Amino acid sequence: MTDDWPILSLVTFLPLVGCFFILLTRGDDAIVARNSRYIALWTSVPTFLISLLIWVKFDPSTANFQMMESIEWIEGTNIGYRMGVDGISIFFVLLSTLLTPICILASWEAIEHRVREYMVAFLILETMMVGMFCALDILVFYIFFEGVLIPMFIIIGVWGGARRVYASFKFFLYTLLGSVLMLVAILVMYFMAGTTDIVALSKFSFPSDIQIWLWLAFFASFAVKVPMWPAHTWLPDAHVEAPTAGSVILAGVLLKMGGYGFLRFSIPMFPEASDFFSPLVFALSVVAIIYTSLVALAQDDLKKLIAYSSVAHMGFVTIGIFTLNSQGLEGAIFQMLSHGIVSGALFLCVGVIYDRMHTREIAAYGGLVNRMPKYALVFMVFTMASVGLPATSGFVGEFLVLLGAFYYNTWLAVFATTGVVLGAAYMLYVYRRIIFGKLEKENLMSISDLSYREIIIFVPLVLLVFWMGVYPAPFLDVMSVSVDNLIKNFNVALENSSVHLASH
Amino acid sequence: MYAAIVFLPLVGALLAGFFGKIIGDRGAHLVTCIFMAASMLLGAVCFYDVALQQNAQTITLFTWIESGNLKAEWALKIDTLTAIMILVVTSVSTMVHVYSIGYMHHDPHNPRFFAYLSLFTFAMLMLVTADNLVQMFFGWEGVGLASYLLIGFWYQKPEANAAAIKAFLVNRVGDFGFALGIFGTYLLFDTIVLDEIFILAPKYVETELTFLWFSADAITVLTMLLFIGAMGKSAQLGLHTWLPDAMEGPTPVSALIHAATMVTAGVFMIARLSPMMEYAPDTLTVVTLIGATTAIFAASVGLCQNDIKRVIAYSTCSQLGYMFFACGVSAYSAGIYHLLTHAFFKALLFLGAGSVIHAMSDEQDMTKMGGLRKRIPLTYWLMIVGTLALTGFPFLSGFYSKDLILEATFARDTGVGYYAFYIGIFVAGLTAFYSWRLIFMTFHGECRAPKSVQDKIHESPLVMTLPLIFLAVGALFSGKLGYEFFGGESMKAFWGDALLVLKENRTIEAAAGVPMWVVLLPTIMFIVGTSLAFYCYQLKPDLPKTLSSKFSGIYQFLLNKWYFDELYDLLFVRSAFRFGHALWKKGDGAVIDGLGPDGISSMVRRLSGQAVRLQSGFLYHYAFAMMIGLIAFASWYIFGFGN
Repeated sequence: MTDDWPILSLVTFLPLVGCFFILLTRGDDAIVARNSRYIALWTSVPTFLISLLIWVKFDPSTANFQMMESIEWIEGTNIGYRMGVDGISIFFVLLSTLLTPICILASWEAIEHRVREYMVAFLILETMMVGMFCALDILVFYIFFEGVLIPMFIIIGVWGGARRVYASFKFFLYTLLGSVLMLVAILVMYFMAGTTDIVALSKFSFPSDIQIWLWLAFFASFAVKVPMWPAHTWLPDAHVEAPTAGSVILAGVLLKMGGYGFLRFSIPMFPEASDFFSPLVFALSVVAIIYTSLVALAQDDLKKLIAYSSVAHMGFVTIGIFTLNSQGLEGAIFQMLSHGIVSGALFLCVGVIYDRMHTREIAAYGGLVNRMPKYALVFMVFTMASVGLPATSGFVGEFLVLLGAFYYNTWLAVFATTGVVLGAAYMLYVYRRIIFGKLEKENLMSISDLSYREIIIFVPLVLLVFWMGVYPAPFLDVMSVSVDNLIKNFNVALENSSVHLASH
Repeated sequence: MYAAIVFLPLVGALLAGFFGKIIGDRGAHLVTCIFMAASMLLGAVCFYDVALQQNAQTITLFTWIESGNLKAEWALKIDTLTAIMILVVTSVSTMVHVYSIGYMHHDPHNPRFFAYLSLFTFAMLMLVTADNLVQMFFGWEGVGLASYLLIGFWYQKPEANAAAIKAFLVNRVGDFGFALGIFGTYLLFDTIVLDEIFILAPKYVETELTFLWFSADAITVLTMLLFIGAMGKSAQLGLHTWLPDAMEGPTPVSALIHAATMVTAGVFMIARLSPMMEYAPDTLTVVTLIGATTAIFAASVGLCQNDIKRVIAYSTCSQLGYMFFACGVSAYSAGIYHLLTHAFFKALLFLGAGSVIHAMSDEQDMTKMGGLRKRIPLTYWLMIVGTLALTGFPFLSGFYSKDLILEATFARDTGVGYYAFYIGIFVAGLTAFYSWRLIFMTFHGECRAPKSVQDKIHESPLVMTLPLIFLAVGALFSGKLGYEFFGGESMKAFWGDALLVLKENRTIEAAAGVPMWVVLLPTIMFIVGTSLAFYCYQLKPDLPKTLSSKFSGIYQFLLNKWYFDELYDLLFVRSAFRFGHALWKKGDGAVIDGLGPDGISSMVRRLSGQAVRLQSGFLYHYAFAMMIGLIAFASWYIFGFGN
């Protein structure tokens, strides 16, 4: 029975139904706020549960897109509303639907003004994120891809910190250039291939010289999102100014848009260019890992530190993607999922103490374990996951990526592996400054440990981190066929082009 | 059933950790100690079954990581080597658990402490039972985590926190090598399962591997990288700096983790990988060199330290050096033998030192001790047993294992072998000297503690002394009992397939034929070292002071641990922070933002400011501009550029 459901569209647009109801709420501010919170929660939780059905229904034995939907949009143009998931995109959908209710819970008390608008923005954001990962038409993808930014701009700009305008303007400047180039590239592709269908475009072979330009245009957009060095400086500012839940989505899902873009567009559509530019990607990634890890070491703002650590961790992702072997690619996807959960959780950890003390300065804390043992434990778990301790999710992704990198080139692996040492340095150092030591500061004396609401937020994330670390097979199995297919097509395309060159 | 050996401590840790508030201190003690004791009993059964009855087996639990051709299972490989390690780990751990009930009874965080101890034991058992390199890495980092948590157990002490981070980071540097070694192994063999690697290794003897800029013998490169991991965990020269600082943790932790078990993981790893090591003679040479150099380095530093725990810590470091160079000359059996005996007598010494510290109201400085012999006689005599065993008093455990190592090293008959041999002999003397120095300074002479402390000196309760007695029994007899299996007739049958020694490397067999003076020399050095210590610290107590002021250069050099910490601090720690700050302010701030978004926006503002000035509002300005434009167009047309 469920086979006929347009399940992807349902998951994508269900949050908008919640929006509709939120907008209907009437009454004084307190009632509107309360109702908006509950409606948002009771929309996003069922959305998550329904999205789990995608996983249940998913057949991991094929690399084809599944649960496809296709409606012609503009007659005779080959542009259509097309949706579908494969082993690469499915977990990003789940990640988005999982993090949204967690963010809504995390904002329960932290957001006091304009609650209705905030919840609407979050639900629209969810629609955009899910739609983007499900889209099988490049134009639809582009609309969702850019659409994600609008609620995010608003969340940072309205509910953000003191320098929120600077942060959103910086983000805008970085994004603008990439978006324009990507749109131009999409037009070129449409005129050459005559369709915007992603499946068809992946099979279309673009001429090598055109591939180079198209690749660069997409790269400009994706590299900013990842973010890759040196286009990363918007991220620390955006994170610092965003409200906690905004940071969680930003780190948890928005950064994955770039990595996903590489997997969905750059590699299958422009294989020769991807091969040609992979040394560039590796160089930038290695610089990102070492450079931002060192910068993270020097931070005195807790949120900035975790933001910089995100850049370093995403460096592993881009390395893994372009090694183009199964360990590297699976590791990269796994690392994205793990990073989505772990860095999201770390931002939630920052939020917990920010809500209490209203400062992100590391020096303002110290000795929290004395009053907050539960918090210390949770923070420790995510610190260790971030450091990549075996049996946490962080290890599996990092290990596979580095293994893939070693396969590709030992220099690459050696440089990238230094990130593992540096990562431990800044995380343990900051953990010590916040959690350990004597509780000496006057205003910390009455700080309270995690509330029930906060425990409910953290428990699923902690369980996921261990599940993915100890028994990652359910995740890796689902992605392996799609990943192998991606590699196979890539190699076939490269061979064809070299045959083509040889015959000239 | 053997899976229970590994997982019982984990269950104990989880129960004590999560339900500590409910079950209370007593409950946490009971849960963890009973689970540990059960694990130890099963461990003994396992030792009998696997090592003595040769029933090696692998128990597969479930798949961990599977990607492409890579497959890592959660699996327990139990053979003779593992069975020995299980026996050592579970028995010492049980003793330390029991001892800690007494030692930690003032501490408000008992459940947490016992949870950590059991968690450590679990990770250590996972390490020794690993059937593939990735699982070994899991245990490897797991014990690192437990060590980090336990060193920093007293989180209010800044030194403890710093030491914990240092331990974790230095180990991470080692793990960096280990991880690269795993990657390389997979690249070469297409598997990370130990048994499969061991079968394949001989076929890849002549294979070259390109690593960074050079191309070298593949197995040598891999084993070198893996050895870096071993150096970190076992505090070998260069990566040793964390071990002395780790003494900031509670003393039972030092006994369990930083003497008996975790730090020996490196030795275990080399022995475990003997089927690879044997085909990498260059790596074995390096192992011998590093081991021997560490042995003398640590012993020399141990001569001058005044903190009772640090002396024992450097002694541990030095003894680990012995174990390494034993492995380096292919005498793996001797290395593991020393690991076993050392676990008993060093845990005994540490726990004895803990008993002293407990009696002295947490004083660790030996210059403030003295004369404790009469006040805590039981501890004194147990410490004497430990010291005799360590220094190689005839027929105690250290005597057998150390002599076997030295004889095998001599029998290796290579330059590096002789280097290690003579260092080993010399260090035997140093060991006797610093060990007896410790005894004399602590237990003999006049008590130098303040009166308030002196009044409170008391012998430790039974719950602390009983484990000491158990360990003392081990220190007395484990050498004699083990010789048959580790160096004697039954060696080959005992080890089965757990170790591989190539025909030309059979140094232990060759050790039987060494000349008499080689056999006697360690004992002579024991006598020399002991008498010197007796002379310096009993007969002429002023002599050490005179010597240290006369040779103050050497003294300072040794006292400051060869200045390793200062060097590393300057080279790595401070420069990392400085670099980080510069990259942040200059790189991100000035260059990227300055040329990027901030630069563009300020340029736009500047240009628009100038554009504003064009619109002055004066008619004659505009008329003038029109004129200029007209003239320009006219001249362009007249002079014919238009054509």
